[in-house]
Amino acid sequence: MSLSPLLSATALSHHYGTQTQIAVNNINIEIYKGEVVGLLGPNGAGKSTSMKMLSGNLAPTQGQIMINGYDLLSQPKQAKAHIGYLPEQPPLYKELTVKEFLYFCAKINLIPSKNINFAVNTVLERCGLGDMTKRLIGNLSKGYQQRVGIAQAIIHTPAVVILDEPTSGLDPIQIREIRHLIRDIATEHSVILSTHILPEVQMLCDRVQIINDGKFIFSDTIAGLNKQRQAFNLLCTLLAPPSVTSLQKISGVTAVETLSPSQFCLHYQPDLNPTAELLNLAVTQNWQLTELMPEQHSLEDVFMNIIQQEQESATVEQII
Amino acid sequence: MFTLARNELYRLFLSPLAWVILALCQLLIAYLFLTHIDYFMQIQGKMSAIPGAPGVTEMIAVPLMNNTAMILLLIAPLITMRLVAEERRNNSLPLLLSAPLSVVQIVLGKYLGTLSFFIVLLSLISLMPLSLSLGASLDYGVIMSGLLGLVLLVASFTAIGLFLSSLTAQPTIAAISTFAFLFLFWIIDWAGNTQIMAETTSLFNWLSLLRHYEPLLQGEVNSSDVAYYLIIIVAFLALTIRRLDAERLN
Repeated sequence: MSLSPLLSATALSHHYGTQTQIAVNNINIEIYKGEVVGLLGPNGAGKSTSMKMLSGNLAPTQGQIMINGYDLLSQPKQAKAHIGYLPEQPPLYKELTVKEFLYFCAKINLIPSKNINFAVNTVLERCGLGDMTKRLIGNLSKGYQQRVGIAQAIIHTPAVVILDEPTSGLDPIQIREIRHLIRDIATEHSVILSTHILPEVQMLCDRVQIINDGKFIFSDTIAGLNKQRQAFNLLCTLLAPPSVTSLQKISGVTAVETLSPSQFCLHYQPDLNPTAELLNLAVTQNWQLTELMPEQHSLEDVFMNIIQQEQESATVEQII
Repeated sequence: MFTLARNELYRLFLSPLAWVILALCQLLIAYLFLTHIDYFMQIQGKMSAIPGAPGVTEMIAVPLMNNTAMILLLIAPLITMRLVAEERRNNSLPLLLSAPLSVVQIVLGKYLGTLSFFIVLLSLISLMPLSLSLGASLDYGVIMSGLLGLVLLVASFTAIGLFLSSLTAQPTIAAISTFAFLFLFWIIDWAGNTQIMAETTSLFNWLSLLRHYEPLLQGEVNSSDVAYYLIIIVAFLALTIRRLDAERLN
């Protein structure tokens, strides 16, 4: 595997209007072959602006974007041939049928005319649109319109597919189908997707970049994010509980919280996991253990933590 | 670019708007055509006595093309209004912007697509005066130069309409401002009718879309008139390209 990224953006900034309105400030993104990168952030954090810049719909105020070795700013045509872009609202001509629309997309993406039929049929099949070819796009449901939008983005088999909130506004079944489709796309293309739905990131992405106020405040793999989620808490239910002090004596335990007469929450030191000893004691002293669960921070907590940390450090900087 | 032009034309014909405009235009002009013929028939007897009197072409074809220009002025904004404004409203502009197409190609594609609609319209209309050749001898030179005038006129209407459509996301605003703009440039030479402001009026006269159309109707093809229309077309296309580029930059 070559080490040069398919898409790399360096020191990307964008100001809307005056210099004071900074939408995106000095961000770096790199995407390698076959990766799914999630761009995560609250509303108005700059996700869509970043996506627009990466897809060439918006010129960055500063910075450079390289796509498959082509500079998006100085060689836009070659670079754009390697990206497929699905904006927040799928760009569709509602008066065309699905097939007509995809033929048009194939043509403007410069697919040679002898391959167009093949490309259109492949993409129809991949996106599960086989039965809809003759329907007018305007008459399709939102989920199917979204699929046509995705079909449009991958019809020319681009190296990088950019999807801006691909599952917003869909019902749960459609969301599942679209996620499935995205995973499927990721086997052949690299994907960047933006979302504010956290479990989606965990399900789909290999890497996460969290963006807030136009800056990247977290960038790691999913494993790294999961590490952040570890809370070093044990939740246990003991039907014949011992005294709190005897629980506290277990090595590693720093604090015990009594949730109910039989439910306890043990906080422990990160490097000393007391699970084995607790189990041992529970068996030998007959505490009647019925439930033992390592507590995890939800992704929401982690997300909020990261964003709050960032805001706190920002206020500290301001005070200094 | 031609893909885009074809798509534009195709989508135009998918909407009822194009068909309604074609049909109603045909109806209006057919009615005008008949009244011109009627008038000609009435005075034909007297005219034949005068040597060098205007013939069928001057009496029927030329006034008809003059009327056509007026009708085009009214309908051109309706066709051009949707070009960019509607794409913007439907959020379908990113489709074109993220495809490997330059802005120049996008603008020219849209322009050519719309222009070919007007060419279809004009060719239907031009069949009417040409049908007179069944019973009379026509001055084809005058008719051709008049048609050239109409094509140039409608080409500049389209360019102006395309530019104004690229300024807004509301097709209606695009239509109204295009109409106002075209109408102003149609009547701008009226200021020239007074003798007082001879200096400024020559500029107004030069600017008028109508003033450059009239010689063509009389069968006079001046390169300066043709150049005027070409300048208008190129200028407004360039402005549209600049406008769409600027949008990407900010």
